[in-house]
Amino acid sequence: MSTAIEQPNYNYKVVKYFAIMAVVWGVVGMSIGVLIASQLVWPELNFDTPYLTFSRLRPLHTNAVIFAFGGCALFATSYYVVQRTCQTRIFSDSLAMFTFWGWQAVIVAAAITLPMGLTSTKEYAELEWPIDILITVVWVSYAIVFFGTIAKRSQPHIYVANWFFGAFILTIALLHIINSLAIPVSMWKSYSIYAGTIDAMVQWWYGHNAVGFFLTAGFLGIMYYFIPKQAERPVYSYRLSIVHFWSLISIYVWAGAHHLHYSALPDWAQSAGMVMSLILLAPSWGGMINGMMTLSGAWHKLRTDPILRFLVVSLSFYGMSTFEGPMMAIKTVNALSHNTDWTVGHVHSGALGWVAMVSFGAIYNLLPVVLGKKQGEMYSTDLINVHFWLATLGTVLYICAMWVNGIMQGLMWRAVNTDGTLTYSFVESMDASYGGYLVRVIGGLFFLTGMLVMAYNTYKTVSGAHAEQAKLAKA
Amino acid sequence: MTELTTFWHVWVSAIVIGSMIACGILLTLTFKNQKYDQETDQTTGHSFDGIDELDNPLPKWWMYFFWSTIVFGVFYIGIYGIGGWTGFSDWSSHDQWEREVAKAEEQFKPYYDKLNAMSVEELATNKDALATGQRIFSSNCSVCHGSTATGALGFPNLADNDWLYGGSAAAIKQTITHGRTGAMPAKGLKPDMTDVERTDIAAHVLSLSGREGSGDATKGAPLFAQACAACHGSDAKGNQLMGAPNLTDNIWLYGGSEKQIEFTIENGRAGVMPAWNDILGEDKIHVLSGYVYSLSQSK
Repeated sequence: MSTAIEQPNYNYKVVKYFAIMAVVWGVVGMSIGVLIASQLVWPELNFDTPYLTFSRLRPLHTNAVIFAFGGCALFATSYYVVQRTCQTRIFSDSLAMFTFWGWQAVIVAAAITLPMGLTSTKEYAELEWPIDILITVVWVSYAIVFFGTIAKRSQPHIYVANWFFGAFILTIALLHIINSLAIPVSMWKSYSIYAGTIDAMVQWWYGHNAVGFFLTAGFLGIMYYFIPKQAERPVYSYRLSIVHFWSLISIYVWAGAHHLHYSALPDWAQSAGMVMSLILLAPSWGGMINGMMTLSGAWHKLRTDPILRFLVVSLSFYGMSTFEGPMMAIKTVNALSHNTDWTVGHVHSGALGWVAMVSFGAIYNLLPVVLGKKQGEMYSTDLINVHFWLATLGTVLYICAMWVNGIMQGLMWRAVNTDGTLTYSFVESMDASYGGYLVRVIGGLFFLTGMLVMAYNTYKTVSGAHAEQAKLAKA
Repeated sequence: MTELTTFWHVWVSAIVIGSMIACGILLTLTFKNQKYDQETDQTTGHSFDGIDELDNPLPKWWMYFFWSTIVFGVFYIGIYGIGGWTGFSDWSSHDQWEREVAKAEEQFKPYYDKLNAMSVEELATNKDALATGQRIFSSNCSVCHGSTATGALGFPNLADNDWLYGGSAAAIKQTITHGRTGAMPAKGLKPDMTDVERTDIAAHVLSLSGREGSGDATKGAPLFAQACAACHGSDAKGNQLMGAPNLTDNIWLYGGSEKQIEFTIENGRAGVMPAWNDILGEDKIHVLSGYVYSLSQSK
């Protein structure tokens, strides 16, 4: 470790706001997740009202966990990391604060319009055009704040975490704008400017890169700062980070076609999607190797530090789901896995195991700092540990249930009798999936309980810090 | 812009091949410029907020693994093609599908030929045919008619021997093969029907199955003759030529409560049974007809 440099006056307010809202939206988004998982076990839970049906709440769940929880975590960490590694205050306090309120407005608008059934029907891009325009404005402001901060850095180099944050911000802007191009017919209805195969191709170019850049590149940025910080170790290999950064962002772009295997997409485009997905494996693993090897020499800290545990386990799930992804993109495997619960399990091993856990670790690390304490100094370390075990158990239950369900469904759907008829009707495969759905609800409840523990810990940490500050001000 | 133009062919191919070449160059250059070929504790000299970066070489196994996926990609694209070029194998998913269908037809043809030699009525008592028919039904028909074929609101019960379009073997086969479109116009043939008149007609319709409505059934009877009898018949026993239901048997496709009947009169109904000829083909429809025919034979 090099000696500490005198710290400039950082803007921690916006970081604190985003970090707290990440926790709040985490609770909301995961609660909706548990509700819709329960609806698949007990359909009565849609309470016979259209506003609470699975079809409307499912996009609300994905938007809430990806863009509200994940988005706030990314804003908080990127604003924190870019200031600290550039050793400079954020580019514009007011524009940064605008991104906070603007992003919250987007989330609230989503929470109102989606249950009303207003949707563009594009997966992970369901919000209608007025909200899309607001997203664009907020995102461009985000880019100005982030790159403005990079431009006024007092360091000669740009840290690797910022490369990933930068790529994530630029690519999401591009993806969002191009995929959301639509012709409005009224305030809350629009039609995509693309049609047919092109629409599908653009949608999954967007959809997969939302995973690739929002949920992978952005969170790799988090990993690259918080793992060395929490482990107090140097990053393993600068060279590896260069190679895996550039290869990851270039290869990811055309992997999305694997969502359209065995569809009307031309065969060659499907083949290209499969090849790019396979080549993506090594670049993805580059990040895992760099993170894991950074820990060499600090493994003993795992015994006592639950924050580091969160970060390491998140990397393990990252490695696992980035292996699983390319495997599922192989056409032969995809023929079995497509449209089954396996896909849902795969997404959640990434979303719960990687995205959520690395965010938990990062927020536990930075929240005390922005409140004026030492890194990781939360109200209770024991509660972090409780959260860690609840989250890990919940994730394992969830993904195992979906693996079993998914492979079983795939096998049942393709089973054929000697007379050429299907052995099982669709409803029989649903009936057989019932047990897995129940286990998923239990796993989800574990994960949500952990999130609630985090919310309590966050509340106590923030209110404790505020009380201390008030006492200091009096004295 | 609904299909892939030459622009898209070139664009996507360029990105795919360009990325693969770029990754190869990046790997080669980084490997050549490495200062150390073993693990080291030397840093690059950069330090960010207390974080240093080691100058370790690329892990060898990882690098070779990366290369092997690129090589695999080159071979795979060579075999299966890119950008409209169909590759050295000239494979297409459509050809593969046709081969599989042809193979399946060859395999199952003798079985269906045997069943096709029998009439629908004979199939209805043949154990093998019933088993096959039931499976075809489960995978294709049960979504609307239910797995026990007892129907649902708007979807007829096929097991009660009450038929909209006739229950003979030929009629059933005709229905499955070409589908049916049942259309009841709103307010029947009396577009100026008032709310009171509607309630009276509903009372008359209810009286046909021995029930009472809130309207005046005696006033409703002449109105029924005017608005409804053309299709449902003056005796209200329906007409299988156009699928007009019998209104006297207390079996209701769209619900038999007063409210539901009034809703049907007010708004009309449009029922569609899709045609299955292109999906199942004659052989399977023949066997399926036997199964459906069998359902109501004990009744």
